[in-house]
Amino acid sequence: MSHTFSPEVIAQIQERARLGGGAVRGLGARRATPGFDDLLLLPAGLSGAPDLPRERCDTRTILGTRHAEEPVVLDIPITIAGMSFGALSSAAKEALGRAATMTGTSTTTGEGGMAPVERDSAKTLVYQCLPSRFGFDPDHLRAADAVEIVLGQGAVPGGGGMLLGQKVTTPVAFMRDLPEGVDQRTASRHPDWAGPEGLRVKIEELREVTAWRIPVYVKIGASRVAPDVRHAVEAGADVIVVDGMQGGTGAAADVFIEHTGIPTLAATRVAADTLRTLGMDGQVQLVVSGGIRSGADVAKALALGADAVSVGVAALIALGCNSPSDDTGADVSLGYRALGTVPGSCTACHTGGCPVGIATQDDMLADRLDPDFGAERVANFLRALTKEATMLARACGKSSVHQLGTDDLVALTVEAAAMARVPLAGTSWIPGTPIT
Amino acid sequence: MTSPPHPPDQRAGWHGAQPGTVLTLDAGALTTREINRSLQSLPGGRALVSNPAGRHNLAVGLAAAIQVEIDGPAGFYAGGLGKEARITVNGPAGAGAGENLMSGEVHVRGSAGRSAAASARGGVVVVDGDCVSHAGISLKGATLAIGGDAGAYCGFLAQSGVILVGGDTGPCLGESLIEAVVYVGGKVNGLGNGAVVEEIDEHDVTFVKVLADGCGFDHVTPASVTKVVSSRRMYRMQARHDHGTY
Repeated sequence: MSHTFSPEVIAQIQERARLGGGAVRGLGARRATPGFDDLLLLPAGLSGAPDLPRERCDTRTILGTRHAEEPVVLDIPITIAGMSFGALSSAAKEALGRAATMTGTSTTTGEGGMAPVERDSAKTLVYQCLPSRFGFDPDHLRAADAVEIVLGQGAVPGGGGMLLGQKVTTPVAFMRDLPEGVDQRTASRHPDWAGPEGLRVKIEELREVTAWRIPVYVKIGASRVAPDVRHAVEAGADVIVVDGMQGGTGAAADVFIEHTGIPTLAATRVAADTLRTLGMDGQVQLVVSGGIRSGADVAKALALGADAVSVGVAALIALGCNSPSDDTGADVSLGYRALGTVPGSCTACHTGGCPVGIATQDDMLADRLDPDFGAERVANFLRALTKEATMLARACGKSSVHQLGTDDLVALTVEAAAMARVPLAGTSWIPGTPIT
Repeated sequence: MTSPPHPPDQRAGWHGAQPGTVLTLDAGALTTREINRSLQSLPGGRALVSNPAGRHNLAVGLAAAIQVEIDGPAGFYAGGLGKEARITVNGPAGAGAGENLMSGEVHVRGSAGRSAAASARGGVVVVDGDCVSHAGISLKGATLAIGGDAGAYCGFLAQSGVILVGGDTGPCLGESLIEAVVYVGGKVNGLGNGAVVEEIDEHDVTFVKVLADGCGFDHVTPASVTKVVSSRRMYRMQARHDHGTY
């Protein structure tokens, strides 16, 4: 079998030949990339142990301390990433909001504006300001606990959002000022500003509208991370959110998902180092996202310099994404088959035919998700991640997850060592630096 | 910070406001934050911002039916993210004048920078002079009236609402237009992808007449405007309903 022309590649070529375009799909990159699995934590032994036994490990996280009068205070260092009502059903947004409230963290709106159900269900809600500005409303801005200016997302850095017509139903169209059923494709650049100086003025505008009360996050899709972080900091951001290429999306061109951006692992270290170089670590908080799945991922991201992580796809999976059954207990395998996929491999979010009621606007499908059950599952998942992260932090001798540092990490591969700038396990060698 | 009562303003642009006291804010002596905080706290009435000197973010996020006059050139986002307020800029304005306006009015008595009325969802943005590129970009229901010329990409991705350009338009007018309508009184110098010229009817003529008269655009001849709409080629762009393509 040809590696260059594998059966999958042949199928893709034939599809492009037939349709004159490539595939659109949901979720994130499928390709293998260096990731947090390629790092290991170094628990404390005789060395690295705390002075006294630590029974507790603090997880409290504060975001937005630089300029905002009311920073976001979270019980855990794990937030829920921006996902729109439109891409997701109302029940899914409600469940995510409730889960965030149950675990003392924040959730985030998405491209479609602020749905009433998510403001009602989430104690702490981050309001996104995206290039499309669908449903952007100054009243919603004032009702938010933080605002996140989205410059890009990890799945499609440099690209705009997509929502295919079958999900642009009456309520979604109303919120977005769009005709029903239209295929929504949005520009990748903001309509009213360009460049770092433009971002500075935009940030000031949002602060003026909110009376400098809430933090301003700036989210970048991980590509040219160092200059992007520098510009965002110089523009006045309180929090930088870096979304790596493993991050998900509701719908995007497959070629974009698989071939743009850099892995979360690399982006995290570059962003953290840039903040340190600027002397802004501790003043500007760093949130990383893109493929965070476990407490180990959380602990390693924090050790690399993040102040918090954000979960998107993993939260949806906890909610029931790719499950063979819905909240009524019914087997929904046939629904997956109708989309040409199977539970465990489904990336058909863009179709709106989500068999478990999450990525859909079809009322009958959405009824398959019970927001109460869903919220409990997502909350359990967030609690489990927090427990795992604290377990690992304690093993490393820390009384707070935020005490984890790069000294607590080694890499299993040369690639991961180079990206994370930590030693290859069993050596003191960090690729790219002189051997000591 | 607050000046003594100001005589009733008789200049045009107050749209029939009742005479009364005017809060005067001297931008030369106040920070942007102080100016906006004062304006945002007004439940009604009128205010004058003097010495603006191109300051960015003046009169943003107003949410009451107040009347504000910015007496000189304004910077970016003059009157942005506003509801109900009526804001007049006695001079040119920078980028994003009336950006994301929800209702009310922003009137620029001069020319405006790029992206005038960007993403505006309601109300009216009037620019007496010319607009730089991307006027009415991503418009979402508001009305944008430009007395002079509009630069490139006017009406880019405009979803709904109306744009009237009294003068000429630059390249790529109405690029990726969705359901907004653009009327051009002068010459159309190139349409964008997805935009087409449509014949006007009597409703269009009436609409343009009312709008032009209201804005004082005497040079616009309603019966001879060019109407530009979406060709709707961008609708349902995916080849297959179940598995989309780009």
